[in-house]
Amino acid sequence: MNDIEIITGKFPTAKVTEALSGQEIVMIEASDLHDAAVCIRDELDYVLLLDITAIDNLAKSHKCESRYELRYVFRSSDFERIMIIGLNANIESGVDTLCDYYATADWLEREVWDQYGVTFVGHPNLKRVLNHMEFAGHPLRKDYTITDAQFCTRTQDLLDEMEPLLTSREYSADRDNLMLLNLGPSHPASHGTIRTLAALEGERIVAGVSEIGYLHRGFEKSCENHPYNQIIPYTDRLNYCSALINNVAFAKSVEEMLGITLPDRGIFIRVILMELSRIIDHLVCLAAGLLDMGGQTNYWYLFNPRNDAYDFLSRLTGARLTNSYMRIGGMSHDFYEGWESDLEDILKKVEAGTIQSLQMVEKNRIFQDRLQDISPVSAQQALSFGFTGPNLRASGVAYDMRSISPYYYYDTFEFDVVTGSVGDTYDRIMVRFEEIFQSIKIIRQAAGTIPTGDISIKDHSIFLPPKERVYNSIEGMMNQFKLVFEGLRVPAGEYYGALEAANGELGFYIVSDGGPIPYKVKVRAPSFVHMAAYPKIIEGYQVADAILTLGSLNIIAGEMDR
Amino acid sequence: MTHVITEHPYFGVFFLFALTAIAFPATLAAARFVSRKLARLDTQKLKLSIYECGPEVTKQPNVISAQFYLIALLFILFDVEIIFMFPWAIDFKLLGWFGFAEMILFILLLAIGFVYAWKKGALEWHSIR
Amino acid sequence: MEVTVLPEVTWLGVVIKAVIILAIISAIAGFGTYLERKVLAFMQRRLGPMHVGPYGLLQILADGIKLFTKEDIVPQNANKLIFQVAPAITAATAFIALSAVPVFPDFTIPEFIPLLGGTFVPSMAADLNIGVLFILGMMAAGLYGPLLAGMAQANKWGILGSARTAIQFLSYEVVTGLSILAPIMLVGSLSLIEFNDYQAGGIGSWMMWQQPVALILFLIAGFAETNRTPFDLLEHEAEVVSGYATEYSGMRWGMFFIGEYANMITISVLAAVIFAGGYNDLGFLAGWFVIILKIAFFFFLMLWVRAAWPHVRPDQLMWLCWKVLMPIAVINVVITGFVMMA
Repeated sequence: MNDIEIITGKFPTAKVTEALSGQEIVMIEASDLHDAAVCIRDELDYVLLLDITAIDNLAKSHKCESRYELRYVFRSSDFERIMIIGLNANIESGVDTLCDYYATADWLEREVWDQYGVTFVGHPNLKRVLNHMEFAGHPLRKDYTITDAQFCTRTQDLLDEMEPLLTSREYSADRDNLMLLNLGPSHPASHGTIRTLAALEGERIVAGVSEIGYLHRGFEKSCENHPYNQIIPYTDRLNYCSALINNVAFAKSVEEMLGITLPDRGIFIRVILMELSRIIDHLVCLAAGLLDMGGQTNYWYLFNPRNDAYDFLSRLTGARLTNSYMRIGGMSHDFYEGWESDLEDILKKVEAGTIQSLQMVEKNRIFQDRLQDISPVSAQQALSFGFTGPNLRASGVAYDMRSISPYYYYDTFEFDVVTGSVGDTYDRIMVRFEEIFQSIKIIRQAAGTIPTGDISIKDHSIFLPPKERVYNSIEGMMNQFKLVFEGLRVPAGEYYGALEAANGELGFYIVSDGGPIPYKVKVRAPSFVHMAAYPKIIEGYQVADAILTLGSLNIIAGEMDR
Repeated sequence: MTHVITEHPYFGVFFLFALTAIAFPATLAAARFVSRKLARLDTQKLKLSIYECGPEVTKQPNVISAQFYLIALLFILFDVEIIFMFPWAIDFKLLGWFGFAEMILFILLLAIGFVYAWKKGALEWHSIR
Repeated sequence: MEVTVLPEVTWLGVVIKAVIILAIISAIAGFGTYLERKVLAFMQRRLGPMHVGPYGLLQILADGIKLFTKEDIVPQNANKLIFQVAPAITAATAFIALSAVPVFPDFTIPEFIPLLGGTFVPSMAADLNIGVLFILGMMAAGLYGPLLAGMAQANKWGILGSARTAIQFLSYEVVTGLSILAPIMLVGSLSLIEFNDYQAGGIGSWMMWQQPVALILFLIAGFAETNRTPFDLLEHEAEVVSGYATEYSGMRWGMFFIGEYANMITISVLAAVIFAGGYNDLGFLAGWFVIILKIAFFFFLMLWVRAAWPHVRPDQLMWLCWKVLMPIAVINVVITGFVMMA
């Protein structure tokens, strides 16, 4: 009896609907959510709540039961399976909150309320998270007009969150002479515009509250107005430190919805570029983190090879940072001639730089004292917070999608899943150091065994035909015309596709109505989830520690704020 | 180079004091004059606002937290005692065993206070409450 | 020992010396910023300033012009008088401390120069019998610069920065004082010239071989007193933005750095004179050349450490000072006493 049957057995009203590519959605009654969550978490042991999102059915081509539907995506304790729970949400009565079961539900529910206006009953602090507090309306509703500009001028003082927090810790800002200090948004160490209001007792943080959304640009709304291939440049801007992984993550999800697989060479190119991007991402995180600690030289040792890697990407894709190299069903072109030696050269430089940087700090007492036992996150906590990627592995949970649910032949490459032990800042930094070496290993294997052949699929209703066919045959001409003017069509349905990005599980929940434009795209951004935990884990530590913790979590504002 | 005999050894100190007291403020005044002439003064209001990473400054307890005072108190305790040790150190050879024994006693007394402060946790960085 | 008869020090000689200190050390402090950038750059495999002048040498001038012409802002709610005076305190105390430091050898102005010809310029502006104590005291008084600056600007980062200033400077004051106690016991004087003469017997007689612990303690405390990595907590931008200097701009901001670099030079000179043999001739090398090499080495050490190490946290700084360095310094004094009496 599989998990879905257990759920349907427990809740007779539950219906199973088919999603795309073999995924199933269990539709339950809104009133059953609480019990279902208990069952999913405790009995079926789904430890991670990956994402919560809503669908506004207003513009759907077929009739739906209710206007708003919610989707909850869970991941099991062996990390191999996901479970998607759906329900019809009544906008008046709201839906029960899951905050008591999964700490990560806090911000995820806030986002759903912010974007769709679905209320969550019992949520401790249901307020906007991505949009500005003065913003009127819920932008992801289908009847929201995107051309209406709104001017928001005031800044939140965040005292509505801070004061109850202080009271609950028996502090009073006035009596205890606490200093309420804004760390960010425009702070030298908040990489990106992230704001944390910290209540300081001396230098110790008594309570912290974070505010995000400074970089919110409506990625998900933009996706609902562009054909699939035109979304790829937008994905570059999610995690701009590893743009190619975002490209691949989106392209792969859509390809799985279409039920197509890339030719082997295409897959290998993707693996090589993804791992290179992962290296770049880790280099940025480590360099910036160590710079915050005063390790200037480490910064240069790590950033110089990163620059070489960008030179390679620039030669290959034409852009350094925002590559937009992937297409649905392939990529824009093959590797250039002589790429092997260039790549090997970069790998050597990265290896040398990382080793040298590591040598400078590894046995340094200051480095160890600064990082060890700072903001530790236990495995239990990390899962409840919804951590994935290096931050979860630092806590000792060996969850790496590349080895647990392998895609793109990752099971044929030999590499180790790096884990930490206590999940403190030191572990988070060191896991990234080691993952750089593992990624280098994967790239070497992939570059050594890369097959020849096509890089993109041959189905020209999805992928643009080569130019000579466009000019010389009527079919090619038609394909080109249809693809450029209309875009490719994805069968109606829903799909949650994910892969292991540099920061953790990067998921795309895509809803298609059968048209050339996605009905809805929701990004499951690891940084968003990590940031939600940040103000909680810095409590009791000092300002200087909080800065390093932020650096070690590697919050990328682009994917957090979307 | 050996000692040079001057009637007023502190004249140099005094003169440098006077010189810096005039030269540095004069430089600052000149810099202020020049830079204000060159500056755009129509953005004064924004420039003069206090920086706190962007948002408007919320609550401003313009006081230093009590933890810092504790360390400052410790300094008063120990530094004053070290001042006593300087004259002793200069005449160390002159004072001989008697002076040394006395200083050991003094250091022991200091050490008792130090151990007390350590045990009380005055050297830790913790909540004052 | 050969008796040299020195010319009498006139007030004119002292005045000339004072002006030389102010002019030359200010210039060296400016050059120090250039050196720091270049040394750090080479250690970090980059070039550093290259575009202004040959090898970026005119960068100092460009920086000076920039600082001088950048708008001087006194923020609202600030205590205007204290805010404006504080940078001058830092710079002034640093230079007053230098008055008792033998920075350049003494010399007599050649006769052919009109008005000043024949004036004897002493090696230090004020030859004090309490030399070391005066220098340390004056440097400690420099604490008021950052402290008042931070508290006058009504900025939370400034408050944090000045609080850090207070604890860091005060704590390490204790260690600096204790660390040079043992050398003082050996020499029996506070005068830097006596220190120099004590080590006249070549490399073997340098204080650092007799007092290695004191040297290390003094250097650590010196780094903390001059706000250098790994103790640059006062205005480390990743944590407290710019600490006490957050609201400062232009020349006022630059004044703090002139003071900081002058203090770095003072500490380097002190380390060279107290521990590394002073300005005694070394073989065929003249004394004035030797001391410049030594000062340059200690200055370079500060830059080297900055390139190599991350910095500590305020509570670790305190922990290091009170629980490690101070007990070691006291024990060092006691052991020195026993060895000397035995």
